[in-house]
Amino acid sequence: MTDSQTPERSRRRARTLGIAFLLFALGILILFMPSTEPGQQTRFSFVETRAEALQIGDLIFPTRIGLSLLAVLTAFTGAWQLVRGFGRANTVLGIVVGLFILAFLTWAARDQSMNLTGLIKSSLLRAVPITLAALSGVMCERSGVINIGIEGMMLTGAFASAVAASVASSVWMGLVGAMLAGGLMASLLAVLAIRYKVDQIVAGTAINILATGLTGYLNSRFLQRTPELNRPPTFSAFPIPGLSRIPIIGPAVFNHSFAVYLTMALIVIIQVMLFYTRWGLRTRAVGEHPRAADTLGVNVFLTRYINVMLGGMVAGLGGAYLVLSSVARFDELMTAGKGFIGLAAMIFGKWNPIGALGSSLIFGFADSLQTRLAILSIPIPSQFLLMAPYLATVIVLAGVVGRSRPPAADGVPYEKE
Amino acid sequence: MSTVLELKGITKRFPGVLANDHIDLSLEKGEVLGLLGENGAGKSTLMNILYGLYAPDEGEIHVRGAEVRITRPSDAIALGIGMVHQHFMLVPVLTVTDNVMLGMEPAHFLGFLDRSVAARRIQEVSNRYGLGVDPSAVIEDLPVGIQQRVEIIKLLYRNADILILDEPTAVLTPQEVEGLFKVIRSMVSQGKSVIFISHKLKEVLEISDRIVVLRSGRVAGTTTSAASDERDLAAMMVGREVILSVPKEARAPEAVILQVEDLAVRDDHGAMAVKGISFQVRGGEIVGVAGVQGNGQTELVEALTGLRPIDGGRLEIAGRDVTRATPRKVTEVGTAHIPEDRQHVGLVLDYPITHNLVLNSYYLPPVARDWVIQEEVINERAERLVAEYDIRTPNTFTPVGNLSGGNQQKVIVARELSRPVKLTIASQPTRGLDVGSIEYIHGQLVRKRDEGAAVFVVSAELDEVMSLADRIIVMYEGRIMGVVAAEHTTKEDLGLMMAGVAPSSKGTHISALQSAG
Repeated sequence: MTDSQTPERSRRRARTLGIAFLLFALGILILFMPSTEPGQQTRFSFVETRAEALQIGDLIFPTRIGLSLLAVLTAFTGAWQLVRGFGRANTVLGIVVGLFILAFLTWAARDQSMNLTGLIKSSLLRAVPITLAALSGVMCERSGVINIGIEGMMLTGAFASAVAASVASSVWMGLVGAMLAGGLMASLLAVLAIRYKVDQIVAGTAINILATGLTGYLNSRFLQRTPELNRPPTFSAFPIPGLSRIPIIGPAVFNHSFAVYLTMALIVIIQVMLFYTRWGLRTRAVGEHPRAADTLGVNVFLTRYINVMLGGMVAGLGGAYLVLSSVARFDELMTAGKGFIGLAAMIFGKWNPIGALGSSLIFGFADSLQTRLAILSIPIPSQFLLMAPYLATVIVLAGVVGRSRPPAADGVPYEKE
Repeated sequence: MSTVLELKGITKRFPGVLANDHIDLSLEKGEVLGLLGENGAGKSTLMNILYGLYAPDEGEIHVRGAEVRITRPSDAIALGIGMVHQHFMLVPVLTVTDNVMLGMEPAHFLGFLDRSVAARRIQEVSNRYGLGVDPSAVIEDLPVGIQQRVEIIKLLYRNADILILDEPTAVLTPQEVEGLFKVIRSMVSQGKSVIFISHKLKEVLEISDRIVVLRSGRVAGTTTSAASDERDLAAMMVGREVILSVPKEARAPEAVILQVEDLAVRDDHGAMAVKGISFQVRGGEIVGVAGVQGNGQTELVEALTGLRPIDGGRLEIAGRDVTRATPRKVTEVGTAHIPEDRQHVGLVLDYPITHNLVLNSYYLPPVARDWVIQEEVINERAERLVAEYDIRTPNTFTPVGNLSGGNQQKVIVARELSRPVKLTIASQPTRGLDVGSIEYIHGQLVRKRDEGAAVFVVSAELDEVMSLADRIIVMYEGRIMGVVAAEHTTKEDLGLMMAGVAPSSKGTHISALQSAG
């Protein structure tokens, strides 16, 4: 808001962006061109083995020409931005970054083959748990409670889903167990933060530590001795009739398990609920100005309790996804920081569900690109590739896309007069 | 007329304080009741009881003849009682419609909001009482005066017919105050009843039918506007005769002490808050800055005292260039600073009075000797200053956070003015203080002027600026709208300039401008 109100500032920002775009173009020329031999060719394939989508052939082109084309396109965008300026600078920034990544892929896949459909598919799959973590954060923080314990809630959710799904041999019971466990951990945060007004960062950290210790103990005490408790079934893929036959996109987006569709549905539902329902309006009012809501008869404490518990359930689902989608077992510390990356996605997505999905996809893409590149044996140390998702987090948090504004009462306990 | 509200023997005790002591009060249909009293007289406590935010220890509340119990704001709302709080209860990022309907949202099934129904009703209410509010506007884009009307719409939307307005004029320009009074009159003529809480005598006299004065938690008197004047009310409020104007003699200004040239300063968001202004303050004169809050005054003072980096221009104090000086440097050239936010900027609330009094000199002899703080020196100094500046405290080791607002301000004044200063910068020096403390602080500022120091006062209270200052600078959106001599100007002219209307080209203003330049 405030940024756009000062014309001089936005002019300066527009100019900076234009120069940045030109630097991207230069980057393509300097970083990728020199190590490309004239005769090399890049092959992008769009195959998804198990899918029944309409097949299309591979895209094969000379690497040098592809890179030059992309560099010219990027440079042109930069020049246009400098001279004329685009209305929607952030969208254009996204496009330019996309071009740069495409150039990178072109270079990385020279004399080799890169499966773009597979890349999109795995980006989406890796984005799902991050999205659920971010959604959990959105639910809590929109009502004014910082939830740094998402990681812990996911971990307990993962544990509970493994046990529940194994015992009942049903993935659905796994989801129920995860939601209960996540909700239980969240109710602990809610009581600490709302009733006892404990510092919310401390309370969230305590939950993370508790979850690590608790699941670690239960795992070694029970699951490892009775492996039947840790043998859950997994979701099977359910291609959506018709849509999954679309070339390229179909197998990448519409051939997933029910858990992925559920996540997409949750995003839309929460987005709509937040901005078009009574619950959403009250939630946002409580997160922005709890006293104002209180004076109008809105129950601030109840609203926060409900939102934190719902948020915990969503985080639990995120944990369940990790177990029930592919791994089919609980492992200690299996969330591996996804809860925290989800928090970053929430901030990057400006506390909106749709935005959270968008930023989660970026993190998911960085993550899956990293594994692909490791296979392609490109001359970048694998340690750097492993850093990619976290580097993306840091860059995003440093505010590449402009400042995002948290709910005004985020993290502030409400005291009645 | 019928009585719509009656309070009988309301008593509220807080630990160590009797905030309300058997207060009786009644409100008739279609009248404006002025509730007058100093800070801490118990006005807010009483109204918070009425609105269900506090529970009374004793007493009864009757609404339209029936005794009621109000334990939550929603009880009050259900009884038709609404309150506009001193600090607005609006969510800045939401629209007018969302803010107004919150808690009483018209909705379809599953709780989907029906914003059009609410917006239509808001438009209706707005038209009926002449409020002129656009339901689709976002609160943070609206000027304060309109935000206040949104607060009033919130009450009318809920069919409130007893409206409590808590210090409603504190943030308004004189023109906006006039607009508010029109709205109040329109509401009263249509059968609403209004309780108008204020400590500003003139406004209470102008708008109220009857006036109830509170002092130390008790009703000190009940009167009508027709039967009383400012002097009576002030005496009732304070319990003794009060001098309302600031007594000061004419004095010829001396050499320039504060010189500001083309000063430009940004606010916290990077937007230009002060847009290239120039002025001078001479020794032996008080220059006041008038303006609606948020027009660059805060940033100007912070720039002058070295607390905020400046974007362009030049600053000079007593002949020394202080354009890029640190706050300590500014202090050392002889500047005293009474900051706007006394609790966060002016004092360390957890420190005792003794240490707060040496925050600007702890590193200098005799307080510090070879890196060691001399506690005896500090204690002696505190004893002397507490007596000299009449700071009311159990002892000098009391944390300043436990003092009343007036005494906190006296600690700052004692620290800043008890040393030889050439320039005194005071920002909102009497905000939230009672009449007695205001008198005292004003006296101290005039004393500094009479000693030959330059005094620079920023205040949101137009009366204060007009009675204290020799010359008045009016700021609007970071620029100087005009400079006038205090004795040659009127409240109306200042109000227009505060609203961004350039001073008229005829008459006294131009001559005042020239003589000031």
